Amino acid sequence: MEILIATAIGTLTACGIYLMLRARTFPVILGLSLLSYAVNLFLFISGRIKLNAAPIITEGAHYTDPLPQALVLTAIVISFGMTAVLVIMALGAYLTAGHDRIDTEDQP
Amino acid sequence: MNQLLILPVILPAILAGAIILFTRNALNLQRAISVLGTIALLSLTITLTQAPSQAYFLGNWPAPFGIALVLDRLSALMLLLTASLALIILIHTIATGWDTKGRHFHALYLFQLMGLNGAFLTGDAFNLFVFFEVLLIASYGLMVHGGGEARIRAGVQYVAFNLLGSTLFLFALAVIYSTTGTLNMADLAQKLPLIPAGDTALIRVAAVLLMLVFAIKAALVPLQFWLPGTYANAPGPVAALFAVMTKVGAYALIRFGTLIFPTDLPATTTLITSLLYPAALATIAVGAIGTLASQTLPRQIAFAAIGSMGTLLLAVSAFTPQATSAALYYLVHSTLATAALFLIADLTRSRRDGLTAALYMTAAIAMAGMPPLSGFVGKLLILDALRSDPLAWAAILIASLLTMIGFARQGSDLFWKAPNTEGPPQSKIAVLLCLTALTTLTLAAGPITDWLTLTAEALHHPTAYIAANQLGGTK
Repeated sequence: MEILIATAIGTLTACGIYLMLRARTFPVILGLSLLSYAVNLFLFISGRIKLNAAPIITEGAHYTDPLPQALVLTAIVISFGMTAVLVIMALGAYLTAGHDRIDTEDQP
Repeated sequence: MNQLLILPVILPAILAGAIILFTRNALNLQRAISVLGTIALLSLTITLTQAPSQAYFLGNWPAPFGIALVLDRLSALMLLLTASLALIILIHTIATGWDTKGRHFHALYLFQLMGLNGAFLTGDAFNLFVFFEVLLIASYGLMVHGGGEARIRAGVQYVAFNLLGSTLFLFALAVIYSTTGTLNMADLAQKLPLIPAGDTALIRVAAVLLMLVFAIKAALVPLQFWLPGTYANAPGPVAALFAVMTKVGAYALIRFGTLIFPTDLPATTTLITSLLYPAALATIAVGAIGTLASQTLPRQIAFAAIGSMGTLLLAVSAFTPQATSAALYYLVHSTLATAALFLIADLTRSRRDGLTAALYMTAAIAMAGMPPLSGFVGKLLILDALRSDPLAWAAILIASLLTMIGFARQGSDLFWKAPNTEGPPQSKIAVLLCLTALTTLTLAAGPITDWLTLTAEALHHPTAYIAANQLGGTK
């Protein structure tokens, strides 16, 4: 299980960073989304991996840490909102500039 | 008294909501709400600077489990600085009509203030992330206020860069939580010295990741690339407000560097100092060379702002009470000086007359650190604190000279070669207020540095801060 999750996070991060370094806004947005998936998974397992356990503390029972689940929910909501803002900004830039290159020419 | 602590966060939030819901199309009402709200915020923060260190527990959950807002002298100082700057910039915005060039300026402005205040008050590392996002999302809106191709394209870069920063922040927080089991800053300060030796590598990684995130906010070289484009393309008043945004990074570095990762922590020891110091020197160099090389005034001010962040963080990287106190004085000064210059740059767009030139010269003297204004006092304090460091002396002094030359050249280009007295006269009251604040900072340097010395002492011996969190559950 550790191997599986670690590989998933590693692959997502690597792909995210690769896409982030592209020169067009669309791959950059995809890359940022992949990175945020990776970090969400990473946050989720920061309370250790426990299978078949509810995040509810009961006497003597098998439970998992509820806090990372609360953190990851917050992080998901925020990254969703941020991605939406970025998509709108990128669309605005594309429509006003006529192309979607992310670099800005230096001013004279 | 305790309940007052939440007001700097919820007051702007409620007012911003009210502006969107009830006064969508009534600009004058929006202006009134915005100005009155900021004045209320200013008087509130003046009250808070008198208060002792204390915490506010949201939902009355005890500290390591719930979210705590913690007020100490540093938070109070940052709140006061933000509120004063916000009022000045709001006056400029209304006087020059920037808020008529797009919708929702005032709502976004208040949300931005909410994010800034929250970031300065929070005592929980995850909550700091949340408030960073609040202030960033409002700043995205403000940055593209008024629209235009260059502005929106610079905005996309700004958003992408900061989203990457947020991701790194989350990685760091997850690592810290998985090693220590807490994200309360005071609790971390107590638990980190006790972690098992096998976990120190993880804590070092987390510390460096956090430092990277704050360095992005503070525009520390090599993470400064977003700043010149963003500041130069943002609307004038927004760029002036952003002067306090880089200080959020500096604030977080000071807070984490003194409270959570102090130099006597066995896991990190001088790791942060050894990375911060060369980066700060490089930042000073890039800022000074950029100031000299920039062709347009806003871009030049942006580079001068980078240079001032370098000077500030060079003092921070020493992590001694004397240097921290000097850094805090310089922080207040450089925020006001940068804001004044951006407001002047905004005025020069339409009219370049003698009075504007005089204001520009005064602000440039302050920014470059020449006597008699507070920039000189600030740099003197920093040089005094770094007395045993010839490299820091050389960097700061040479950078001051280059900055001065850069501003002198730009000023003569702008006001002598291309004067313009045809444009409509614009209100200069906000700039005058900014310069008055700088003068006050200079004249009252004695009492202010005394107060800041106590602040720095409290930062380096954070027992009062930790005690305010009532971690033992003594409620």
